[in-house]
Amino acid sequence: MTHDYSKRSYVIGLVAVVIILIYIVRLFFLQLMSDDYKLRADSNAFLKRVQYPARGAITDRNGVLMVYNQPAYDIMVIMREQEGVDTLDVCASLGITPAFYAARMREIKDRKRNPGYSPYTQQLFMAQLNAEEFSRFQEKLFLYPGFYIQKRTIRQYNQPYAAHVLGDVAEVGPDDIERDSYYQGGDYIGKLGIERSYEKQLRGEKGVEILLRDVRGRIQGRYRDGQQDVRPVPGKNLTLGIDLELQKLGERLMRNKLGSIVAIEPSTGEILCMVSSPTYDPRIMVGRQRGRNQIEMQRDPMKPLLNRAIMGTYPPGSTFKTSQALTFLEEGIITPQTAYPCSHGFHFGHLTVGCHGHGSPLPLVPSIATSCNGYFCWGLYHMFGNRRKYASVQDAMTCWKDHMVAMGFGYALGIDLPGEKRGMIPNAAYYDKAYRGSWNGLTVVSISIGQGEVTLTPLQIANLGATIANRGWFITPHVVRKIQNDRLDSIYYERRYTKVARQHYETVATGMRSAVLGGTCRAANNGQYEVCGKTGTAQNRGHDHSVFMGFAPKDDPKIAIAVYVENGGWGANYGVPLGALMMEQYINGHLSEASEARAAEFENKVINYGNYVR
Amino acid sequence: MATTSDNNILRSLDWITIVLYLVLLALGWMSVCGATYDFSQEGNFFDLGTRSGMQIVWIGTSILLSGAILLLDTRLFDTFANVLYLAFMVLLLVTPFVANDIHGSLSWIKIGTFSLQPAEFAKFSTALALAKLMGTYGFSLSRPRDFVAAAFLILLPMVLIVLQKETGSALVYLAFSLVLYREGMTGSLLFIGVAAVAYFVVGVRYDGDLVFGDMTSVGRLAVMLMACLFTAVLCGVYGEKGDSHGLRIAFYGMMVNGVAILVAWLTPWHFDVAWVSLAVVVASGLWLAWTAMRTRLVPYGLIALFALGSIGFYFAIDQIMDHLGDHQRIRIEVLLGLKDDPQGAGYNVSQAKIAIGSGGLEGKGFLMGTQTKLKYVPEQETDFIFCTVGEEEGFVGAAGVLVIYLLFILRLIRVAERQSEVFSRVYGYCVLSVFLFHVFINVGMVLGLTPVIGIPLPFFSYGGSSLWGFTILLFIFLKLDAVRKR
Repeated sequence: MTHDYSKRSYVIGLVAVVIILIYIVRLFFLQLMSDDYKLRADSNAFLKRVQYPARGAITDRNGVLMVYNQPAYDIMVIMREQEGVDTLDVCASLGITPAFYAARMREIKDRKRNPGYSPYTQQLFMAQLNAEEFSRFQEKLFLYPGFYIQKRTIRQYNQPYAAHVLGDVAEVGPDDIERDSYYQGGDYIGKLGIERSYEKQLRGEKGVEILLRDVRGRIQGRYRDGQQDVRPVPGKNLTLGIDLELQKLGERLMRNKLGSIVAIEPSTGEILCMVSSPTYDPRIMVGRQRGRNQIEMQRDPMKPLLNRAIMGTYPPGSTFKTSQALTFLEEGIITPQTAYPCSHGFHFGHLTVGCHGHGSPLPLVPSIATSCNGYFCWGLYHMFGNRRKYASVQDAMTCWKDHMVAMGFGYALGIDLPGEKRGMIPNAAYYDKAYRGSWNGLTVVSISIGQGEVTLTPLQIANLGATIANRGWFITPHVVRKIQNDRLDSIYYERRYTKVARQHYETVATGMRSAVLGGTCRAANNGQYEVCGKTGTAQNRGHDHSVFMGFAPKDDPKIAIAVYVENGGWGANYGVPLGALMMEQYINGHLSEASEARAAEFENKVINYGNYVR
Repeated sequence: MATTSDNNILRSLDWITIVLYLVLLALGWMSVCGATYDFSQEGNFFDLGTRSGMQIVWIGTSILLSGAILLLDTRLFDTFANVLYLAFMVLLLVTPFVANDIHGSLSWIKIGTFSLQPAEFAKFSTALALAKLMGTYGFSLSRPRDFVAAAFLILLPMVLIVLQKETGSALVYLAFSLVLYREGMTGSLLFIGVAAVAYFVVGVRYDGDLVFGDMTSVGRLAVMLMACLFTAVLCGVYGEKGDSHGLRIAFYGMMVNGVAILVAWLTPWHFDVAWVSLAVVVASGLWLAWTAMRTRLVPYGLIALFALGSIGFYFAIDQIMDHLGDHQRIRIEVLLGLKDDPQGAGYNVSQAKIAIGSGGLEGKGFLMGTQTKLKYVPEQETDFIFCTVGEEEGFVGAAGVLVIYLLFILRLIRVAERQSEVFSRVYGYCVLSVFLFHVFINVGMVLGLTPVIGIPLPFFSYGGSSLWGFTILLFIFLKLDAVRKR
C-alpha cells in the first residue's frame, strides 16, 4: 500500500515561508523601530578626538607679550607595547622613583580610576613635562617601546607681574561642566582674572576630528577622510590697558606692604596698573605644581590670592571728602565761598570729630587742601538737617546716597574681572534699622569724612580720581583694551555722568591742586606737570591706613590713581610719595635718578603686620 | 551526438534555480568584500591575497564544478551512492586523526596550501545514499526495519562529525528528518522531536529566570504550558471527528493557568505557578487515558502518553542538568548557545544585532558599514556574514536576500515534486532541507533568535569547502532533474 504524501510538500513550504516571515518581522523591529542600535554602532566606531585651539595671547598696552602658550609634553603609554621595557632606565630619564612608576602603572590599569582604560590605546603616564625634562626623555625614547609623547600647550608668562589681573587656567571642575556643556573632563578653563572673564574669547572653539576605532580601540583612520571634521578656531588675542612698566614699578613699591595701587586712564577708563600686595609670580600657577602652590597660598594669612584692588573694601578716609564737596555744591548746601569753623575738629554737644591744626574758618578749596574734617562734618550736618529742601533726614540720606551711587560707589563698578566687591554706601533704611528710626545728620556724620559705615574698593577710589579728572564722568574701568577681531562690551565705551555739574568738579580739582601746591600732598608736587591730589588717613582697628587719590596733569589728565597702603599711617607717609612716583613713571615713561632712589627706598620699606588677621 | 546531448541538457536545465543560485553567489561575493574590506586598505577586491579575491576563486571553481557535474552520467549517482557514502564515512572517521586543530575543531584536512572540510562534502553523499535507500522498490518508512536503516544513514555521519568537535555541522543532518516526513514518516514523530527540542531549549535556557515573587521558574512554566498546548492540538488533529477533548483541554487549561498566573502576579500571595500548570497537564493526561480505556480508541492513549511523557522528559532533563557538575552543565549550555561562553557568544550576538540594527531602512551603503569594517562583529565573513548585509544594505537588502532564499527553497520544492523517481525526489528534498536548515539556523543566530551554532550561510559565507559542498549538492539535483522522464 503506497500512500501519496505529496500534500506534505505544502507543509514544508509553509514552514519555510513562516521562518522567513518571522525573520523579516524581526529585521523590521531591529532596523526600523529604534535608533538605539545606530547610536550604539556610532559610539562603537567613532572616536571623536577633540582638537584644542590655541588660547589667545595677552599683551600689555604697548604690545609687550605677557601671556602666551608654551608646548608642554605629556608622556603617554600603551600597556600592550611597553612590556619588557627597562623600567629603571625609564625612571632615571624621567627623574622618578621605581615606586612611583609602579604606582602609576597600577593607577592606569585600575578601571575604577581610569574608566577609559584599554591596553591598546595611549594612556596618560605623566603630564606636562617641561622642555628640559622632555628633551632628556626624548633622547632615549627609542629605547622605550610603548611610550609616546603628546604635545599640548600650557600658559606661559614672560614676567612675574600682574598675577591678579591675568589670573590663570586650570582643569575644569564638575560644576564648570554642568554650567556650560562646551567643556568636557580634562579641558582647561580660566579660573581667575581675565583668563576667567574673557574665557569665551580666549578659548576659541574646539574642533573635532572623527576617527574610526576598531574593536581593540586602535585607530583605523579618519571617518570619510575628515570631511565631517571641524577645525578648531583659535582663541582671540587680548591687548590690555596695563602698562607693564608701571605695573612693575607698582609691585616693586608695594613690596612688604599690604594694599593696592590702581591707575586708570581717565579718558578711556582703561586700567593702567592694578597692584595688589602681596602678590605672587603667575608662573607658579602653571603645570604640575599648580595645585600645591594654590593650596599653600590659600592658607597664607596674608591672602596673596586676594585681589585687594577690587576685593578689598576699605574706609576711603579723607579722599572721600572730594565726593562730599561735590554733593554739597550740587545740592546748594554750600558755595565755594562758604566757610565753616574748625577748632581742632567738629564739636557739637558731646560729639567731637577731631582735626589737626590749621586756620579757621576756611572756605572749600583750602579745606580740601588741608583736609579739614570740621568743614565736611558741618556740610553733612547742614545737608541732613535742611528741612526746607528735604522733608526728612531719610530723604536727605536718599539724595546723598543717589549722588554716591552715581559716582560709582556702593555697587560693583563692572570691571571686566571676576569677584569685584561693591563696597558699602549706607542708605536710610540701613540707619533706620541700626538706630530704630532715631537718627540724624549728627549720628552719621563720620560718613562725610570717609569713615563709619562707608567702604570703597581701591578701584572705586581711583575711579573717583578719574571722574574728577574728567570733571564729571567716567567710563567703567576695564583692563582689556582691545580684543582681536572683536569689539569690547559697550559699557567700556559709554560715559557715565554723575549728578554733579562740571563747574563744581572744577572747584574740587582746584582744591586738589592746592593740596599739592600747599596742602597735604606737597610731596607730589613737581615742576613738570600739574598734579592734583588728596590724601587720606583712614582710621581702623589697627594703625591708620595711608591713602592717596590723585590725577595728573590737571587740565589734560593722563592718569588717575589710588594708592592704599594698609596700616601705612598718614596719607603722606606712603600714599603721596608712591602715587607721585607712579604718575612720574607713567607720564615721563621713566623715573628721574632722584625718584629712582626714592623708589628703591620705598621698595625696601617693610611694614610689620605682626600676626595679621583680617 | 555529444553536441545534441549538450543542447538537451542546457534546454532541460531548471534555469530559474540557476539564476537564483547565481544571484545569491553575486550578492554573497559583495558581502564578503564588505566584510573583509578594511578602511585603511586600498580596495582591490580581486587581489588573491584578500578574502574577496579568494572568494572569486572559489566561485569560479564552483561554476566549473557545476559544469562538470552536469556532464556526468546520472547513473553514476545511483550506482556509486553507497560506495561514496562509505568512502566519506571512512574519511570522516579518519579526519580527526589527521586534522589540524583550528580553534578546537578537528574537521579540517590540509592538502598542500588548501584546507578542506570533509563534513561539508559528506552531506551530498549522505543525501545520495538516503535517496538510493528510499528509492528501493518496496521501501516503506512505516516498516521499522526500513525506518531504522534510514535513521542509521543519517545518524552515522552525525556521530562522526560530533567526534570532530563540529556539533554545528552535525546538527545539519537533523534537516533530513524533513525528508523522512515528506516520504511518509508519521508527522507525530517529527512533532515529538520538535517538542523535545523546544522543551529542552526553553527549559534549560530560562530555568534560572524567576517571576511572581521569585517563586516561579519561567523555563518550567513555559514547558508546562507548551505541553498543555501541544496536547490540546494533538487531540484536535488525531482525535475522533467532532470530539471536544482538545477544545476542553485548551479551554480549562487556559482558565486554570490564567487564574493562577493572575493570582500569583497581582496578589501578594506568591506561589509556584508551574505546579498548577503541571497539575493541569497531568489531569489532562489522566483524563485522556481514562477516555482511551473507556472507548478503546488508541490515539487518546498515545496522546495521554505524550502528555505524561512530556512531564517525564522535562523532569528527566531537569534532574540530569542538576546532577551534572557546574562545569559540564555550562559546557552543554555553551554548546547549544544557550549561555554566553567565556569568549562571549552573547557579545557576538549583541554586536551582530547592533550591526544589523544600525543599518536602518537603506543601510549605510556598500563598504560603508562601520560595525563590520572595524571588526566589532567576529567571524563576520563566515558565520556572521548576514550582519554585513543588514548593516550595509539595510532592511531592504536584508529582507530582499531572505526573500530570494525563500524563492530558492520554494522553487526546489517545486522541482522536487515534479520528479517521477523516488530517488530524485528524495535527493531533492535532502538538498532543500539542508539549505532551509542552514538559512534558518544561521540567520536566526545572527538575529538572536536561535542558539549560536556555527554553520555557514549558503553562498554568502566565505570559504571554499562550504561553497563547493553546496554547489555539488545543488547541481547533482539539477542534473537529476534535467534528465527526468517527462
